[in-house]
Amino acid sequence: MIATSLAEAARLLRSGETSAVDLLSEALATASRTEAQLHAFLTIDTDGAMVAAGQADADLADGIDRGPLHGIPVALKDNMCTRGVETTAGSQILAGYIPPYDATVVTRLRSGGAVVMGKTNLDEFAMGSSTENSAYGPTYNPWDLSRVPGGSSGGSAAAVAAGSSLLAFGSDTGGSIRQPSSLCGVVGMKPTYGTVSRYGLIAFASSLDQIGPISRTVEDSALALETTWGHDPLDSTSYPGDYPDPKAGLERGVEGLRIGVVTELSGEGFEPSVEAATTDMVARLEKEGVEVREVSLPTFEIALSAYYLIAPAEASSNLARFDGIRYGLRVDGATTEELMARTRAEGFGPEVTRRILLGTYSLSAGYYDAFYGQAQRVRAAIQEDFARAYEQVDVLVSPTSPTVAFEAGARTADPLAMYLSDICNIPANLAGHPAISVPIAVDDAGLPIGFQVMAPPLGEELMYQVAAEVERQAAFALSPPAVGAVQ
Amino acid sequence: MSWEPVIGIEVHVELMTESKMFCGCAVGFGGEPNTRVCPTCLGLPGALPVTNLAAIESIMTIGLALGCRVSERSVFHRKNYFYADLPKNYQISQFDVPVCLDGHLDIDVDGETRRIGIERAHMEEDTGKSTHLGAGGRIQAAEGTLLDFNRSGVPLVEIVSRPDLRSAVEARVYAQELRAVIAELGVSDVRLEEGSIRFDANVSIRPSGEEAYGTKVEIKNMNSFRSLERAVDHEIRRQSELVDSGGLVVQETRHWDEEAGVTHSMRVKEGSSDYRYFTEPDLVPMAMSPEWVAQIGERLPELPADRRARYLSQGLDPGTAGALSNLGGTLRAIYDDAVLSGAPAKAAANWLTGEVVGWLRKTESVSEDLPLHGSALAELIAMVEDGSTSSSAAKDVLDGVLSGEGPPREVAERRDLLQMTDTEALEAAVDQVLASHPKARDELLAGEEKALGFLVGQVMKATQGKADPRAVNRILRGRLSG
Repeated sequence: MIATSLAEAARLLRSGETSAVDLLSEALATASRTEAQLHAFLTIDTDGAMVAAGQADADLADGIDRGPLHGIPVALKDNMCTRGVETTAGSQILAGYIPPYDATVVTRLRSGGAVVMGKTNLDEFAMGSSTENSAYGPTYNPWDLSRVPGGSSGGSAAAVAAGSSLLAFGSDTGGSIRQPSSLCGVVGMKPTYGTVSRYGLIAFASSLDQIGPISRTVEDSALALETTWGHDPLDSTSYPGDYPDPKAGLERGVEGLRIGVVTELSGEGFEPSVEAATTDMVARLEKEGVEVREVSLPTFEIALSAYYLIAPAEASSNLARFDGIRYGLRVDGATTEELMARTRAEGFGPEVTRRILLGTYSLSAGYYDAFYGQAQRVRAAIQEDFARAYEQVDVLVSPTSPTVAFEAGARTADPLAMYLSDICNIPANLAGHPAISVPIAVDDAGLPIGFQVMAPPLGEELMYQVAAEVERQAAFALSPPAVGAVQ
Repeated sequence: MSWEPVIGIEVHVELMTESKMFCGCAVGFGGEPNTRVCPTCLGLPGALPVTNLAAIESIMTIGLALGCRVSERSVFHRKNYFYADLPKNYQISQFDVPVCLDGHLDIDVDGETRRIGIERAHMEEDTGKSTHLGAGGRIQAAEGTLLDFNRSGVPLVEIVSRPDLRSAVEARVYAQELRAVIAELGVSDVRLEEGSIRFDANVSIRPSGEEAYGTKVEIKNMNSFRSLERAVDHEIRRQSELVDSGGLVVQETRHWDEEAGVTHSMRVKEGSSDYRYFTEPDLVPMAMSPEWVAQIGERLPELPADRRARYLSQGLDPGTAGALSNLGGTLRAIYDDAVLSGAPAKAAANWLTGEVVGWLRKTESVSEDLPLHGSALAELIAMVEDGSTSSSAAKDVLDGVLSGEGPPREVAERRDLLQMTDTEALEAAVDQVLASHPKARDELLAGEEKALGFLVGQVMKATQGKADPRAVNRILRGRLSG
């Protein structure tokens, strides 16, 4: 491998030891070697990426340096619109759909000199925790090909873990960046709601969706965030104020910080290996000088229920536009209503259909208050719980996922079991707070375990400060054996 | 049984902001289909709305003109329903926190002023347009449907009246007055024929004296004030006859058929439709600060009702005040200037609503180009009053002025339309006529009034019509009584 992190690749690019074309060629070669087993990508845009890489090299030669992502191959979850490149959201209903515009995050990546190499697999419309709900077939975990990579950004996490790209982007509505990053042994980060523009992200649940980076290192994550976040006038919910410097605290250490271990995110349902690794990491941090406190956030117990009312409600409305009239799949019918109904019946998979029905129901007259209204009140209570916790501690920590990667097919027949995969992640989405998953260990079977750090809104500097220390303490080596096996 | 109609009107007004409600596309009428569109107003995957503040200022302007309270905080909601020309299959609209609440509009019907309550004015986006091919443009059995999204996302203000209207005439007058107010505000071109202002009526009946409302029927598709009045009138009669003959009014939407002069049932509403309203998560709430509201309030122009009241106080009768008020701003400014220059209000109004409007129509000109200043109109009126020109000749003078020939007196001189006001010359002419017509003079002296007419005529003849007949009259009488 030319470089094991984008920060290293960036140095080699500037010292002339490598080129953007070389980095891309290596990424493409790795992908072509592993894709048959992993299926991390839905589209690889070799031609477009080569042009971009060539341009990146030419720019650098001309002394034009577009920043830390200049010349770095990047993979994008296939729910981010890319001009001229098919974007399906993992759904049959958008098969062949070619957006006429770039999502803001894509625009920022391109102007930051990044080389967009392809689009990664996901659960249909980002609804799922295993990437098994993709209409185009599942993605497998590079650490064990019989297991899921997590989801919904499973393609992005698997691509980074396998070395097919140095950096990827995912979207996180209820853990969809952090959980697959945990299961694939990479760093996944969900920024504060409103800091990375949602313009051009195919919406699942607008009030929860947030784009974020998946990378090999914490520093790479901070560099990727720095390039892509910032106020966007095209997104009304975009944060207009001052942004922190995500890199500022990377080398600072954690001495004197107060860390809260969330009581509710342990015990029943959590694998012993996961709990042991978490406890061990907390102890290491304590040795580095942090003050550790047990913190209880009782509303976390009902966060999942609230999430499964709010997210499907918004999804039922967001996905109404896929009707066969203007783009995507069309299944004809005798009337317009029949055309729409048939298109949707055929175009959406079972999990998406389930959530649309759930959401439609919870928004219906007579039920609204008991369901959606009540869930919004729970959401407010969760925010208050967080606020109380942050009076006592600077950051909150927990496992990212209660389990390591599970066997493919193990939870597909049981939606509730699948939904529980995101139990540690959903509170940060409901509150709109930043959170990151850092790999800290492997279990006895050699499967990665992730550690989650949550911070108050716009607390990215502090969050990265702690995450960087976690990374140093873990000394986790990213070496998925499955990828090694196919090399 | 005697029935009392209860009518409420919902008005949709397309704003003529530069760009659409939630994207940067231009607002306009007609044009090549699907040319004023972008990812947002086409509802493409991933596209997001951003609120157009100019539209919010427009609805605040409308609300303030209608005496509404502007909410300090307002939110958008999604109204969910599937329709082919609604690209997202939800409309961004407002539900329980509209921008404007609790206003009113005063209307004059049969010399009486009625205050009609306005429940709310809220902001929303327009839909695209469907054109059904074949089958006479009806959706049933159409061979195909064409969709044009140029209108999709155009800012739309919905103004909902309270059920305070009691007759078809009141409904029509309310609609006309509301249109006049909005036209005055300059926020919409309010063209009925282009659909930039659209009226729906909710009609129910109840036994006279009863408090409780009857079942209401919504009528749509009225594209003129006349058809609004006819449709409401027809609906009142239809419901009365139906109930009188033992039937029941059902809650439904009915379509007005202009040619047949009847309403047809479009769809029966089974309970209220479930639009699954919820707060639009893509848009942050809007804050309308008191300072912002005050700023908009200060920019409000004089409204038609206030203007009519001012005209009445200047001595105009209600008919003339109404006619003048309905003239364009240019003509009204000429009136104001003429009055300032000392012209009697009534004369100035009559000249403008009569001769000037007639001249514009005859010459197919527009008032904006008129070379007529209020002071010139005042001069013309003064010339008629002091006898410098006759009232009939004054119309020719006006024609000259409007044709750009110069100020009234100059035109009158050039066109030879001045009357003799030189008293000495007139007296000489009278003396001459009296001398040459002794018989008539004697008859007049004997009290025969018809001789007076003959003598005046002779003086006019002698002066080639330039004498002021009133002055001649006066001099003649003076000569004979002395």
